[in-house]
Amino acid sequence: MTTRLFGEPVRRREDARLVAGNGRYLDDLGADALAVAFVRSPHAHARITGVDVDDAIDVEGLVAIYTWEDLPEGVREPLPLLIPHPALTHGRTAYCLAKDVVRHVGEPIVMVVAADRYVAEDVCERIRVSYEFLKPVVGLENAVEGPNLVHDDVPGNIGAHMVQEVAHRDGRATRDVIAAAPHTLEFRLDIERSACMPMEGKGVYARWDADDRSLRVYSSTQTSTSVRMAIAAKLGLPLPKVEVIAPDVGGGFGVKIVHPWPEEILVPWAARLLGREVKWTEDRREHFVSSAHERAQVQHVKVGFDDEGRVLGLDVEILHDHGAYTPYGIIVPIITSTQLLGPYKIGSYRVEFFSVYTNTVQVTPYRGAGRPQGVFCMERTMDKIAQYLGKDRTDVRAVNFIQPDEFPYDQQMIFQDGRPLIYDSGDYPESLRKLKDLIGWDDFPAMQAEAAAEGRRIGIGVGCYVEGTGVGPYEGGHVQVTSDGRVHVSTGLTSQGQGHETVFAQIAATELGVPIEKVSVVTGDTRRFGYAVGTFASRAAVMSGNAIALACRKVKEKALRIAADALEADPADLEITDGMVHVVGAPSASIPLATVAVLSNPLRYAFDEEAKRATQFATGGGMDRPPVAEGQEPGLEGKDYYSPVRSTFASGMHAAIVETDPDTAEIKILRYAVVHDCGKMINPMLVEGQIHGGVAQGVGGALYEKMVYDEYGQLLNASFMDFLMPYVTEIPRIETDHLETPSPLNPLGIKGAGEAGVIPVSAVVAGAVEDAEKIVIDRMPISPSDLYALRDSSRTSGAVSLLRNTQ
Amino acid sequence: MKPPSFVYHAPATVAEAVEALAAAGADGKVLAGGQSLIPLMNMRLAAPGQLVDINHVAGLGEITAEAGGVRVGALARHAEVEASETAFAAQPLVRGALRLVAHPAVRNRGTTVGSIVHADPAAEMPAVLALLDGSVRVRGPEGERDIPAAEFFTGPMESSLRTGELAVSAFFPSTRGGTAIAEVARRHGDYAMAGVAALVAPDRARVACLSVGPVPVVVDVTSAEGDWKRAAHLVRERIEPEADIHATADYRRHLTGVLAERALREAADA
Repeated sequence: MTTRLFGEPVRRREDARLVAGNGRYLDDLGADALAVAFVRSPHAHARITGVDVDDAIDVEGLVAIYTWEDLPEGVREPLPLLIPHPALTHGRTAYCLAKDVVRHVGEPIVMVVAADRYVAEDVCERIRVSYEFLKPVVGLENAVEGPNLVHDDVPGNIGAHMVQEVAHRDGRATRDVIAAAPHTLEFRLDIERSACMPMEGKGVYARWDADDRSLRVYSSTQTSTSVRMAIAAKLGLPLPKVEVIAPDVGGGFGVKIVHPWPEEILVPWAARLLGREVKWTEDRREHFVSSAHERAQVQHVKVGFDDEGRVLGLDVEILHDHGAYTPYGIIVPIITSTQLLGPYKIGSYRVEFFSVYTNTVQVTPYRGAGRPQGVFCMERTMDKIAQYLGKDRTDVRAVNFIQPDEFPYDQQMIFQDGRPLIYDSGDYPESLRKLKDLIGWDDFPAMQAEAAAEGRRIGIGVGCYVEGTGVGPYEGGHVQVTSDGRVHVSTGLTSQGQGHETVFAQIAATELGVPIEKVSVVTGDTRRFGYAVGTFASRAAVMSGNAIALACRKVKEKALRIAADALEADPADLEITDGMVHVVGAPSASIPLATVAVLSNPLRYAFDEEAKRATQFATGGGMDRPPVAEGQEPGLEGKDYYSPVRSTFASGMHAAIVETDPDTAEIKILRYAVVHDCGKMINPMLVEGQIHGGVAQGVGGALYEKMVYDEYGQLLNASFMDFLMPYVTEIPRIETDHLETPSPLNPLGIKGAGEAGVIPVSAVVAGAVEDAEKIVIDRMPISPSDLYALRDSSRTSGAVSLLRNTQ
Repeated sequence: MKPPSFVYHAPATVAEAVEALAAAGADGKVLAGGQSLIPLMNMRLAAPGQLVDINHVAGLGEITAEAGGVRVGALARHAEVEASETAFAAQPLVRGALRLVAHPAVRNRGTTVGSIVHADPAAEMPAVLALLDGSVRVRGPEGERDIPAAEFFTGPMESSLRTGELAVSAFFPSTRGGTAIAEVARRHGDYAMAGVAALVAPDRARVACLSVGPVPVVVDVTSAEGDWKRAAHLVRERIEPEADIHATADYRRHLTGVLAERALREAADA
């Protein structure tokens, strides 16, 4: 039994529980709770003129019907704008229940509490809401062209406008650099909407204890600590009287970091008011129309470059669709703007975005969080430059790379955490070399020619990205060794299936020198750890992982000190192996960590055999000092926090070979290769799992998924029948290779890995389809029907891939 | 996504089932595999007041060789029909087409006759029945009758089944010559954007197209005389596809032609 577990492909400890059906998801709890259903707006933009409940009130099993007018102070105000920003001059958030105006299909208007969900939905069907219709705003360009407004007081539907510019080192502005560049290109890119679509939707279950005046809330959330603070504030409860627990959560991917969702306030409020347990479980249709989407952007790009393909100036104007409300601020377009730069040194850079209201579901981060759009922009740019110059696409990338000896590399922008965009480490040339080896880049032209001879069309694409991970401000870890030798680890951030129970245990087992079987991990339970930020931005391993390591080091230091006393040795001569503290080189001089835990807590009462050893007549010695020394605490436990100076930057490169059917226009990914660098890997198997899942979502975004709104703001494909998440049958085998450039920013040298897989896929697939078809691909996702139409229009217009002729 | 309440009947015989259906009238609906009906009810897109569950009716699950074809009972699951050597021997196209019906989990529960009665023009089995000139046997208050496929499908999700009638089986004729089916779906197991089942016999050739009309569109291409490119052209001229969010009408028309050519060629080689 080894205790050196950091870096090992340890199998996921949570899987036996989860795959055997023993997980406890939100809807597994509160079997006897009252059920909630909502009347949601069927219209994209309308003024509510009346709510008639006459037909509903006699339904057997109905408990309560609430509208905005019923809500008390605290609950009736608009929901918080979580991340304010000076550029977000016109931020707007929704109400828990719509007040006067609804701004997207799915906005909640009436809350129904009933004996069960069947009855609640029967009641909803009988409630008549009357509306005065307002003109819906759908589509980015319609939004900015006007004249219709989503919010009366937001002119031009523009919520935020932001410009960032990094001038050329000689002081010239980007646009001047581009104007003077030897070559320039100008083009437009489009990316459609998609969404997180966790297997488990949202859900909230609340229990009010009238005797204790306390509230316990379970929520399928990515941040239980912040939901707790929001509930306490909104309901006017003392914080210690509110507990929030994230049970097993069936996926998040970003949508569950947004909080408080209306239901997270309404359900606890109703539970307290009614003195009954109340639960709401989101169904899939609700999730489509009332949670959050992401991705949709239109980008206008101008680039100036030299004969080698070096980018001298890049000017990007982004229209970003943030839907009807901005509860999460403008994090997504900020990430697009900054992470667009990828692994490249760009001579000068100007990025401007308009974040725009439409009468559609709000936009908040979805795995990748604006990066897929930024990478799509930069990688399409690189491909176009290569095409224009007649150069190999990887050569153009390589000539622009930041070199390994240039770290830390300052991109001179402000990142999403409000801190400088400084890359900590990386080795991009080596990543590219590995990727080209893995996919067989240099052999591909021969393969392509061979396929062409058989009448087959195949193409290859490549995409590079840098991902800022592990954003602050902080996370904490608490580690306690109990007298039975068990190690209890807790951290405040939450888990949605990533494998935290495994990797955090690996870290603790390695740091403390105990078998992993002795370690248990609790996340997202405010009863165990009250301070946390949440799980997003590929931050859990970096933030909580390091915090837990630091907490373990405190515990270890204390354990060695106590053991040194018992063994009459110098703490510096001790180490812990397999749960035994022993003198280095003298394994017989040892004491179990469990015994150290006993000794750490001087007892008066012997409640069991172990405890006897810590009672006053057993311990003896040291009569001239108190049983608990000054500055010490009883117990073998430690708590620490990790707060980084700034984000750490992971990176990676993907390549794909696709085949397109000359007749049916079907697109098939034949091979998909990933080289990934997330610094030191805690568990390579889990890193690969993250990459596989990310690539799968990326393939969805590249070839299958889009939210189809009609001109009235109706979402036409609000079900898994028509919103095409890929099945396993659509996902290619993913070939991976790794690079480990440790982060100098944290004790474990790690970087985040959670989002990486999804980021470059659209860019890579677009490049590969373009290579197979010799048709410009500037809009993703692409379906067979789209490709057929592109073939058709390129035949008629003759405008194939002749970028070289645009100058 | 919970259905409104309904009256549930669990008849043990066909006679009881027909009686319950007749009594329910337009408010009645048959529950067999439930793979289409239950989602429709959960989404409250269908709200039958009375559900007649035929899963306890004896004798409806049989797959029987008959003169000139195979008869598939109303409770035979897609997976059972797919695996049935009797069905395969009588008409291999049945197995070929069933492999394209959704996913194994759906095929384990869904019934072939249920899929036919549901009459979705995007579904494979109505097209197969139409191609083969099969029939549906129904039992109603006035007794039993066989409805030929050409008369059975009357519109999207509409059949000539009368109120109070229960489809008890479908008959797939054997054919001389070869058959094949080809389709393109967005994802494995999805309803196809276009699909073509083809039959090529010494004296005739025909196709049935799915997803390009209100009912399966049967096109006789005998006049193409084995020139399958020409046959594809005939097919493209005959169909009137519509656009939806997955495919334009132009693409559907083009694709149907491609698939017709592929299916006919495969059927001719079979």
